[in-house]
Amino acid sequence: MRILIVEDDPLLRDGLAVGLEMAGFSPDAVACCADAEAAMRGSEYEAVVLDVMLPDGSGLDFLAERRRLSDATPILLLTARDQIPDRIAGLDAGADDYLGKPFDLDELAARLRALLRRRAGRTSVMLQWEDVTLDPASLSVTRGGRDVPLTRREFTILRALMERPGAVLGKASLEEVIYGWQEGAESNAVEVHVHNLRGKLGPGVVQTVRGIGYRVGGERP
Amino acid sequence: MRSMRARLLLILLVTTGAAWLSAAGWIYFSTQAQVEQVLDARLREAARMVDSLLTDERIEVASAAQMLPEAGIERDWGAENYSRQLSCQIWSLSGEMVGRSEAAPRQRLAGEGEGFSQTVVDGETWRVYTVLNPGRGVQVMVGDNLKIRQSLVNGVMMGTLFPMTLMLPVGGLLIWLAVRGGLAPLDRMARALSARRADDLRPVGDESGPAELRPMLAALNGLFARVEAAREREKSFTAFAAHELRTPLAGVKTQAQIALASKDPEVRARALAQIAGGVDRSSRLVSQLLDLAAADASEDDLPPEPADLGRVLEDAKRAVEPLRQRSGVTFAVAGNLDGRVACNEPLATTALKNVLENALLHSPDGGCIAISTASGDGLVSVVVEDEGPGMNEDDIEHAAERFFRGQTPLSSGTGLGLAIVETVLKRAGGTLAIANRPGGRGLTVSLTFPAA
Repeated sequence: MRILIVEDDPLLRDGLAVGLEMAGFSPDAVACCADAEAAMRGSEYEAVVLDVMLPDGSGLDFLAERRRLSDATPILLLTARDQIPDRIAGLDAGADDYLGKPFDLDELAARLRALLRRRAGRTSVMLQWEDVTLDPASLSVTRGGRDVPLTRREFTILRALMERPGAVLGKASLEEVIYGWQEGAESNAVEVHVHNLRGKLGPGVVQTVRGIGYRVGGERP
Repeated sequence: MRSMRARLLLILLVTTGAAWLSAAGWIYFSTQAQVEQVLDARLREAARMVDSLLTDERIEVASAAQMLPEAGIERDWGAENYSRQLSCQIWSLSGEMVGRSEAAPRQRLAGEGEGFSQTVVDGETWRVYTVLNPGRGVQVMVGDNLKIRQSLVNGVMMGTLFPMTLMLPVGGLLIWLAVRGGLAPLDRMARALSARRADDLRPVGDESGPAELRPMLAALNGLFARVEAAREREKSFTAFAAHELRTPLAGVKTQAQIALASKDPEVRARALAQIAGGVDRSSRLVSQLLDLAAADASEDDLPPEPADLGRVLEDAKRAVEPLRQRSGVTFAVAGNLDGRVACNEPLATTALKNVLENALLHSPDGGCIAISTASGDGLVSVVVEDEGPGMNEDDIEHAAERFFRGQTPLSSGTGLGLAIVETVLKRAGGTLAIANRPGGRGLTVSLTFPAA
């Protein structure tokens, strides 16, 4: 799940990037509004973690501008100003959530998961397809009650496919999902991960739609 | 005297008492003069009357002395025994007493001449008017016993002074009430002030207050305004400080959580290194916040002890020496360092230290920082030029704003350095100028102080 982090403080930006990656997200991190805009123009993000005080302007203005452009990407405001009037101003500017500094990394991850769940219109915390269950919080997958140990990338691919059962995701989309732009993807990386995933899960979960991509569920070939 | 009321009361009582005493003295002397004048006129009239009776031969010489106009005088003055004491003697020119009134002494009351005279008879002083009647060959003498006159004057005085004396305590009471009433606005102000909450710094009183209180109220309100401004500064400072400290704290916490959660030793080591850096930055932020608070708190009304420019530069250089050694940058100092600037010395040192620190942080390793001084027009400038990347022109304008950190911030930057410099200079009445060096890389920062 690609997340954009907009935070000017280098220490915190780095911490957010590493921490969210450990929590199973694929974060990109930028330091100012202009970079954030460029990043959002170039890629699709599932959520944005936005600092309010940025060197080239207010995060609130950036937020309002995104909403004016009818961009519905969930945005979580992250700021040291966490008095009630500040929270109200942030939420009314179009934020989906608000977290005051300093915060707990696990709480931030949980709130992001909640945002994504809401965005997908899901009520269940777990992703379920037949006997496959995926827990986004603990990053664990079971099939028929048996734990399936997956790497982070394999887990990310499976989660992207299980978010929308039946939908076909192309190789390029999956690459975007698992890599931030700092990491270069190898040309056959997605195929390798899918191959490993099938090996661990057993047959019949991840299907190939020839020439288009992969899916979980939908019509059986 | 501590109490203004007692002081005012004393002053008023003493002055009104003095005024009262001089009025009484004046009344005494003028009454005495008037009474004497009137009594003298009566003496003269009585003497002339007797004389004219003698001249007209309407009465015998011997009985003439009994003919004094007793009733009139008695009624006029209300002095019961006065008329009986008005005495008349008639002496022949040859020196024999021809007649006298009942109360008159036997001894001669006056000498040969005519007109007023004073004589002591039997130890008592008499005031006498003498008329010479050559036709009948006699002298007519009419006299007053001065003791009686004095008692008459005293009577008049008593009549006047007794009610005045009775009025004294009443006057004192009225003065006391007046003082109390007059000082009531002070009491009201004291009550209003003592009933206030500590954070109530609204102005006291208004234009309608007593004119005498207005300068004090204005001074008090001025003080309130200054306290309010200082408190506002402190409040916004605290809010900013709290805000700015939270970001590095959030960074440290996040990195700590990563170090705790990660099983990868490389990730953990990196997170721990990040924490160390974050703590360094936070502690630098704290010391700069304290510097800024000190600059903010310095009393701008007080003229500072002049600071020695050479010592300021030395102290500032010493403070950044560890940083300088790390980057291998050299300082090139030029210009006269004997000058003195009108700025609190520790604050001037703090300002210069921050500028040098910025220059060091932005200088390439092994670079050179030029420090020069210039003076003239009552100003002393210290100019620091580095060989760093300079600043974005848009950022220069905001560089001295608190917590402003530009487009390409250093990881160790706090956004406070130049804000401290500007605050110090503003307090000292100086100016801060920042510009990119013309035609080359680097930034020029000029600190201009008023000369001492």
